[in-house]
Amino acid sequence: MLNSIAQAALNGVVSGTILAIPAIGFTAIFAVLRYPNFAIGAIATVGAYAGWFANTQLGLPLTLSLFATFIVAGSVAVLCEEIAIRPLEKSGALMMAICSLAVGIIIENLVRGAFGNDPRGYAVALARDMRFGGLRVSPQQIENLLIAVAIMAILWSLLKFTRLGRAMRASADNPDLARLKGVNPALVAGVAVAVSGGLAGAGGLLIALDTSADPLTGSRLILSIFAAAVLGGLGSIPGAVVGALTVGIFEELTVLLLSPNYRTAIGFVFILVVLTFQPTGLFGARNAK
Amino acid sequence: MISYLVFVLVVAGIYALLAQSITISWGLTGMVNLGLVGFFAIGAYASAMASKWGGIPIPFSLLLAVIVGFAAGLAVTMSTLRLRDDYLAIVTLGFAEVVRLVASNEIWLTGGTDGIAGVPSIFPRDWALGYHLATLGLVTAIVALVHLLLSHLSKSPWGRVLRAIREDQTIASVAGKQVVRFKAQAFSIGAAIAALAGALYGHFTSFVAPEIYQPLITIYVFLAVTAGGVGRPLGALVGAYLLIGLLESTRFIAEIVPGISPLQGAALREIIIGVLLVLVLRLRPAGLFPELPQKAPLVTKHEPAS
Repeated sequence: MLNSIAQAALNGVVSGTILAIPAIGFTAIFAVLRYPNFAIGAIATVGAYAGWFANTQLGLPLTLSLFATFIVAGSVAVLCEEIAIRPLEKSGALMMAICSLAVGIIIENLVRGAFGNDPRGYAVALARDMRFGGLRVSPQQIENLLIAVAIMAILWSLLKFTRLGRAMRASADNPDLARLKGVNPALVAGVAVAVSGGLAGAGGLLIALDTSADPLTGSRLILSIFAAAVLGGLGSIPGAVVGALTVGIFEELTVLLLSPNYRTAIGFVFILVVLTFQPTGLFGARNAK
Repeated sequence: MISYLVFVLVVAGIYALLAQSITISWGLTGMVNLGLVGFFAIGAYASAMASKWGGIPIPFSLLLAVIVGFAAGLAVTMSTLRLRDDYLAIVTLGFAEVVRLVASNEIWLTGGTDGIAGVPSIFPRDWALGYHLATLGLVTAIVALVHLLLSHLSKSPWGRVLRAIREDQTIASVAGKQVVRFKAQAFSIGAAIAALAGALYGHFTSFVAPEIYQPLITIYVFLAVTAGGVGRPLGALVGAYLLIGLLESTRFIAEIVPGISPLQGAALREIIIGVLLVLVLRLRPAGLFPELPQKAPLVTKHEPAS
């Protein structure tokens, strides 16, 4: 029993770390543009397919596929933002949220129209699970974990040490003050959307590596992404990471008690509990009212 | 042909009810319900289970669906009433997913993915065309009733408070209105209407299953309401019938567009709906029937609304 709990927790750390990538994307768009972008699931799906295409059709190695995926998913996110969502800025956050939902449906069906409903697997070698004590872990899990951690490290140093990163954090904190200081809001918004879309796409790729790519790969994640972002505090990037780890671990632990189909429902429970008792989440300084 | 037309009109009536649900919560009060399909499903299951397994007469099972829908509405809004409206969007979207998960997995309760077949019908099925016509009459009457109710409510002091909340919660609460209570009422009444729609639809088609309650239905209804006119009961009504006209006319799209498979046809149909919603939001955000400016009521005596 103890062993299976430890195994579930370990799996949860791996899946939580991967979940953190699209969750950062969702929360970053909220931080800078101040609306929940529900197209993030569909963009993760785009990433899953872009990675599959680069990996199996073009024969690129995983790292290059990941790079290509980041670019493709980021571009798709920017296109959606510019064409459909941003023109509604004046109508308010809810209109943008509804619009993003419609955009998500469009993307998902474009993918379905192009590739069909059949799942697509990546060309990765199957390797034997490694054992540590009583715990099993697959080399693929370790690789995914390392990639996810590397992505977060790069993102963190960009936000911390570059001019643009500072401008982005400033805009998220106080857009008016940032503009006064000469930060170009359109540029910051564009970069935020591109990076967030790229992150969602990379997340989709990592998930699809573990399973396979299909038109619903991203939508299946959406509850967990919301839960991670809300738990951490909407708009907080470190919050999204901690939130994703927590949600990931609890999802895996739930499987020990309930049917695996309820994995994602745990996210919803988290959302309700957090919003009832601590609406700003663990790290959210932003006023939720 | 006639029975097809009647069938479509019944479905349009169901969508009109869903649009009316959105009108009260989103149109009047500004509370977004992206989990509309979840309430639709809950109503369908409640009424189907009560009438099929509980042997409860259908009028009472419909009433039960309304009550369950109202309660579910209260439960869902409970945690977000005091928060920014985006939180409600996230919670409602998640709620619909959870409803579908529970419906698919609690086989002892809901029949799982097989659903519940043979839901008792409101009128005897052996009336054939008469069955469809009678259902059409009933559904249309309910739509008309809800429409009258909504038009009345939206002009009443209660409706004015909802509008005030939509425009500025702080001012509404400074004016002494219990914002949280009004919001909970408006959202839950909307949820109850959606549940009623689900119950009627379940009895009409005699089949209730998780796969029927796709998130896409919520998108359809938002398209109907935004195209018709947000915040005006007539707009929701017209929008819903227009939507069904559009949905039915795109049904055969795979046969018209050369060289695409049925799967691609279905995808294309959903893409068209999505693009239309994006366009309507951009070009006609107020809809075909924009909300009328409210005249200050000419009352001499004071009427408190809180």
